[in-house]
Amino acid sequence: MLGLTRKDFTLLLVVVALTLLAPIILNPFPVSSSLGQSFNAGYPALLQRFAIFGILVIGFNILFGLTGYLSFGHAAFLGVGSYAAVWMFKLLSYNIVPAILLSVIVAGLFSIVIGYVSLRRSGIYFSILTLAFAQMSYALAYSVLTPLTNGETGLQVYASDPQILAGAGAPSAPHFFGLPMASSTTLNMGGWAFTFEVGYYLCALMLIAAFYLSIRIFRSPFGMMLRAIKSNQTRMNYTGLNTKPYMLWAFIISGMYAGLAGGLLAAMDPLTGAERMYWTASGEIVVMAILGGVGTLIGPIVGSGVIKYLENIVSKINENVLHQWFGALPDPIENGLIWLVHPFVGEGWHLTLGLLFMVVVIFLPGGLVQGGQRLAALFNRKSGTVTAADRDAARQKSAE
Amino acid sequence: MDAIVLQILNGLDKGSAYALIALGLTLIFGTLGVVNFAHGALFMIGAFCAVTMQRLLSLSHTVIDPTQTDFLGNPLQTKVPYLASVFGAEGATSLIAWSVPLSIILVIPVMLFVGWAMERGLIKHFYKRPHADQILVTFGLAIVLQEIIRAVYGANPIQSPAPPMFSGSVDLGTYIGFQANAVVYPIWRLVYFGFSAIIIAAVFAFLQFTTFGMVVRAGMADRETVGMLGIDIDKRFTLMFGLAAAVAGLAGAMYAPIVSPNYHMGMDFLVLSFVVVVVGGMGSLPGAVLAGFMLGILQGFASMNEVKAILPGIDQIVIYLVAIIILLTRPRGLMGRAGVMED
Repeated sequence: MLGLTRKDFTLLLVVVALTLLAPIILNPFPVSSSLGQSFNAGYPALLQRFAIFGILVIGFNILFGLTGYLSFGHAAFLGVGSYAAVWMFKLLSYNIVPAILLSVIVAGLFSIVIGYVSLRRSGIYFSILTLAFAQMSYALAYSVLTPLTNGETGLQVYASDPQILAGAGAPSAPHFFGLPMASSTTLNMGGWAFTFEVGYYLCALMLIAAFYLSIRIFRSPFGMMLRAIKSNQTRMNYTGLNTKPYMLWAFIISGMYAGLAGGLLAAMDPLTGAERMYWTASGEIVVMAILGGVGTLIGPIVGSGVIKYLENIVSKINENVLHQWFGALPDPIENGLIWLVHPFVGEGWHLTLGLLFMVVVIFLPGGLVQGGQRLAALFNRKSGTVTAADRDAARQKSAE
Repeated sequence: MDAIVLQILNGLDKGSAYALIALGLTLIFGTLGVVNFAHGALFMIGAFCAVTMQRLLSLSHTVIDPTQTDFLGNPLQTKVPYLASVFGAEGATSLIAWSVPLSIILVIPVMLFVGWAMERGLIKHFYKRPHADQILVTFGLAIVLQEIIRAVYGANPIQSPAPPMFSGSVDLGTYIGFQANAVVYPIWRLVYFGFSAIIIAAVFAFLQFTTFGMVVRAGMADRETVGMLGIDIDKRFTLMFGLAAAVAGLAGAMYAPIVSPNYHMGMDFLVLSFVVVVVGGMGSLPGAVLAGFMLGILQGFASMNEVKAILPGIDQIVIYLVAIIILLTRPRGLMGRAGVMED
C-alpha cells in the first residue's frame, strides 16, 4: 500500500499510531503523583521536540546511514532554516506556511554549496570540512552577519517589523491560516490530563510525511545506489558511474530535512540564535543517530526520542526528588543511594548520555534498534532468526 | 611594523597550544592509526591537574590563636597550610604561588596513566573497527571525561594564576628598538612559548635520537615488519599513547594561567586542533607543529584592526577558511603523505 511493502507499511502504521497518540502514551501516570511529575513526557513543548528532532535525525540518517558520510556540521542547516523562518515571520506574517517553505528552500540551497565543496573529499576529511563550514557559519552569525542574525541577542519578531501580509486582526504568534500553534485542548480523565496541541500535531504530521519519504528513499533505486556507494565507491566509479550527483542529492535532501526541522523549531517558538549551529549541536545529532541505529528506518526516531526524553526527564531529577524516592529506606542506605545516583541525574545527565553513548558504540554498533532485534531474536531462537544488523556485522567481520 | 611583531607574538601562545595538542593527536594517529576525539579532554584534564596541585598545596588546618581576637571577641582562627610546618609560612605562600609550574610533576604521571588506561581499556578494542567508530567512541569518552570534571570541580572557570615572578607584562619592543609601550606582552605567554618549544624539541629528540624512538618510527612506517623482527611494537605504541596524553596534559596545565580552566575548554580546543592536524597533514609530526604555529599567527594577524576593516569577521573564520582551501587544493596537507585516511 502507498507503494510500500507489507512490512514497511506496518512500520509506517506503527509510527503513525505512536505519533498521533503520543500525548496519551507518554502520560502514563496521574498528573499530581510524584511519578507523573518526574516521568510524564506528554506535554506539548517536549512532544514538539520529539517530532522535530525526529525529522532532523531521519534526514541525517539518509546521508550517514545510506552513504556512510559522517557530517559533523549538520546543525548549520538547522540554524539556517530557523533564521529563514523567523525572517518570514518578520517580513510577511506569522503564517507558518511561507516560513517553513522558505526554510526548506534556503537550507537546500545552503547544502548545495556546502555539499558541492565538502563532497570532493571523503572519510574524515569530509567530516572536518563539514565541521569547518558549520563553525564558520556559527562564527559569522555571531559577528559579521549581525544585521541578518541579530548576533548574540538572537533573531526575533518585533512590533516594528513590517509583516506586510498580516491583516488587522491576525494572531500575534505563529499560526496556520489563523489557527494558532499554541492553541490546545486538555482532556481530563480522573487523575490524568492529556493535552492535545495544534503545534504538536503539525510537527507530528510533518514527521509522518518525513518518515514516509525516508522509507521511499530507502527502498528506491536511488537508495540502493547510495548503499552501493557506501559499500564500495571505488568499484562504482570503475564501472563508469559518476557517484557525485547521487552523493550531492543525498546531502541536499538531508540538508532540507534539517531545514524543515529548523523551520518547525522557529514555528513553535519564533526566535532563534546562533548557538543552534554550534558544533556540539551537530555532535548531538550524530549521537542521536548512532544511539537509535544508523541505517535503519526507525532508528532515528528512537534515538532522538530517547535523548530528548533523557534530556528533559533525567535533568529534572534533583536531590529533593531523590530524597522523595528513597525516603522509605533507612537513612544510611538512602544517603548511599543518593550519593551513587546523584552525579548521573539533574545537571549530570550529560554524563549518563556520554556513558550510554559509549556503551552503544562499543557493544551495539547497530544502536538500540539492533539491541531490540537481538532481544527479539533471543526470544524466538527456535526459529533461528538472524537480524539484519547481525548479518551486517558478520559481513563486516568477514570483509576484514 | 611593531603591530606586525605584536600580532606574531599574539599568535605564538595560541599557536603553541595548537601545536602541542596537534603533536599529540598526530603521535596517536601515526602510531596507532586512531582518530582520538578525546584529545581535547586530555588537554583539559592537564589544566585541572594544575588546579588540583594548587588545592593540594593549600590544604590547611585551622589554628586557634588565643593571643588575638576577631571582631566578635572570640579567639582568632587562622587557616595555616600544612606546608607551613615544613617550609615556614613564607615558603608555603611562595610554593602555592608556584603551583602551576609545580603541577608538571603531577601532570606527567597522571597523564601517562590516563593515556595508558585509555589505550588498554578502550582504544585497543577499536583498531579493527572503522574510523567513524573510533571517532564516535572517543567523542563519547570526551563527553564522559568532561562531565566527570564538571561533577568534581563545578561548572565555573577556576582561576589559577601564574607565579608572581611571571605575572604582568614586559615591554618587549624596547629591546628591539621600538618605542616604549609599542609591543607589550604578558610574560607568562613568553614562558608558555618557551615551554612548548622545549616539549616539542624533547619529543622530536626522543623519537630521533633514542633506540626506543627509532623503533617507534620504524613501527610507524611499517608495523608488520617491525613485529616480525621480534619487537613487541604494541607495547611501545601504548607508551606513545601515554606520551601523547602527557604532552596534551602539559600543554593544558601550563595554559591554565592564560585561560582559567573550565570543563568545556577541551572541546573548544579540539575542533581547532583537528583542523591544525589536517592542515599540517595527517600523520606528519613536523606538519602538525608547523601548522599549529602558522594558524596561530594567522589568527593573530586576522584580528588586526586594519585587516578586519577590509575583511570584516575574518578573525573568526580564518582558520576554517585556510583548512577548507588546504583540503580542497592539497588534501594531504602541508607535509603529509598522499592517501592517508582517504577511504
